Amino acid sequence: MKKDIIISGVGGQGILSISAIIGIAALESGLNLKQSEVHGMSQRGGDVQANLRISSDEVYSDLISHKRADLILSVEPMEALRYLPFLSPDGWIVTNITPYKNIPNYPDDEALFAELKKHPNLVLVDADKIAKECGTARAGNIVMLGAAAPFLDISNEMLEFGIRKIFGRKGEDIVNINLKALKAGREVSEKVIAGK
Amino acid sequence: MKELLLLGAEAIAQGAIDGGMSGVYAYPGTPSTEITEYVQDSELAQSKKIHSQWSANEKTAMEAALGMSYSGKRAMVCMKHVGLNVAADAFMNSAITGINGGLLITVADDPSMHSSQNEQDSRYYGKFAQIPILEPSNQQEAYDMAYFGFRLSEELEVPVMLRITTRLSHSRSGIVRKEEVPTNELSLPKDLKQFILLPSLAKKRYKKLVEARPKFEESSAKSQYNQFFDAPDKKLGIIACGISYNYLMENYPGGCEYPVMKICQYPMPRNRISEFEELVDELLVLEEGYPMIEELLAGYFRKGKKVHGRLDGTLPRMGELNPDLVGKALGFDVPEIEDVPEIVVGRPPSLCVGCGHRDAYSALNVAIEQYGDGHVFADIGCYTLGALPPYEAINSCVDMGASITMAKGAADAGLHPAVAVIGDSTFTHSGMTGLLDAVSENTNITIIISDNLTTAMTGGQHSAAENRLENICEGIGVDPKHIRVIVPHHKNHDLMVEMMKEEFEYPGVSVIIPRRECIQTLARKKRNKVASKRV
Repeated sequence: MKKDIIISGVGGQGILSISAIIGIAALESGLNLKQSEVHGMSQRGGDVQANLRISSDEVYSDLISHKRADLILSVEPMEALRYLPFLSPDGWIVTNITPYKNIPNYPDDEALFAELKKHPNLVLVDADKIAKECGTARAGNIVMLGAAAPFLDISNEMLEFGIRKIFGRKGEDIVNINLKALKAGREVSEKVIAGK
Repeated sequence: MKELLLLGAEAIAQGAIDGGMSGVYAYPGTPSTEITEYVQDSELAQSKKIHSQWSANEKTAMEAALGMSYSGKRAMVCMKHVGLNVAADAFMNSAITGINGGLLITVADDPSMHSSQNEQDSRYYGKFAQIPILEPSNQQEAYDMAYFGFRLSEELEVPVMLRITTRLSHSRSGIVRKEEVPTNELSLPKDLKQFILLPSLAKKRYKKLVEARPKFEESSAKSQYNQFFDAPDKKLGIIACGISYNYLMENYPGGCEYPVMKICQYPMPRNRISEFEELVDELLVLEEGYPMIEELLAGYFRKGKKVHGRLDGTLPRMGELNPDLVGKALGFDVPEIEDVPEIVVGRPPSLCVGCGHRDAYSALNVAIEQYGDGHVFADIGCYTLGALPPYEAINSCVDMGASITMAKGAADAGLHPAVAVIGDSTFTHSGMTGLLDAVSENTNITIIISDNLTTAMTGGQHSAAENRLENICEGIGVDPKHIRVIVPHHKNHDLMVEMMKEEFEYPGVSVIIPRRECIQTLARKKRNKVASKRV
């Protein structure tokens, strides 16, 4: 088993927590992993990404090679496209649909989604809306994690373990909201996969 | 033992804690900050009373670590690559004093300048100081090297450099811990003159350092980190330093077809490198950073066997390596990098919405308009983002503290107004002595200390300037009438503009302190408050 995943977004959107939960779940599953993050200046509203590499064999490079990523998981639609050169020809894009517009020249929504839809393996997720339905808008990242789950080859049980580990100290209510968000996100992708 | 999921930086911290460290000393700097933060947050470190408070700058950190080593205990000092420039005086001389308790100097380089003003390679400093260098290729080695590094330092009687780069520092992997080593007891050096670098004594100490070289090479030759892997095809031999070994192996999941020499401890063991060179027709050197080893092996006239690397164009001369670049250098059919779709636009970092620096720059741009462009010397921190649109308010960013001293030099040359913009933490790091220079000559400069009560860019660490700025400026000799504090807020915009204009026209040193807490640290405090209420 080998999965190369790029997680992308804008500094401050909390992509590192998604990456951390998958990391914990992978380690708990007895897999090898390397998970490279961006810290520092870009975290101030710039584009950020994490490279997550999971494998049953030894993982050498902390970075993913071009055209090798199995999945781009993005919490922002334009940022999903920024890493296309890394996606393998049969790889998937799973992205949130809410744009984060902190720049004056952000592209037109229609053109942006037309560009995304050129890619056959695409899951569009209205993470913000689904998160609110689960109990809090702040669970959007976990909805995205859920949407990525069918592509990860990591059991749901292990992902739930990761969520408990990250959110456990915030109380049972928060954990339950996030578990609900994980499930709701997963359902979005499962529908898309079933329709293919 | 169960694996821990740690960043390279955190692995070093855990390794040092488990390896018997009594104190870590550092000033925050990407990509090194997380080492000290990890020690600060570690319950184990707290229970062992390991010192971990931030230092004012890298030089004070280096010296305090040396003092702890003098006292027989194991100490680590951490910094980013350019921080070693600040600490260089103490660093170079620590090689000559030698150590008592084990001393690790951990330096995190930033090739490709993700968050830095240059990509200098700290291995040159290690070579310059003539001390051993450890360069881990992965997180487990980072742990192990910190863990064993103190012992190595004590065995060789010199400080040891631990060099990492951004990619390893900020990448997580599973770590297996080792048994905890107890910290050292307080004990003075056997020779109480060891640390006195008076010329007559320094010459003896320096001779000892130079003569220890064969011992260092022998240690490298025996090192578990320097490994030789034989292979049938001798057309090429590959020397892979530190993390570049991973990029090599990424291209050879089933094992490399050429002999490989993995180098993670320096100085390079000459006998083993010579044997390796004899074995193969040509050499390829993979190193993250400057082409230091390649240059050494190729020689000035390149008369020996062919040596490939960054200097002969096999690899790019600048920037970080990656599996694709190394694959191409090895002749693999690496797919051409496709363009990012045209619709994707750049998203540069920017000052946060609601940040006080924004209000300070809005006022500054208005106040200085009548004098034209080119008057503002800035410094290192979040406010350096004032260089980008929409503000484009600054004209320099060179090194910590340089805003004040460059403004002074420009004022000496006749520029008026000469304005410095510096943050609170940068001011106490390296701005205070520059202010003293300006006060000594009553230079006509205006210094804006944009105070957000934290070291913000690196993630909100404690600022040594907190509650001290006015006292420091007054103590250094700035006229209290010209130390002016204001809350940078849009409702104070006109007031701030007026204040700046007045101080530009005051023919002496003035300090304006726009002070408002960083909105990131403020938000974090609120979140923690909510979280603690829940518990």
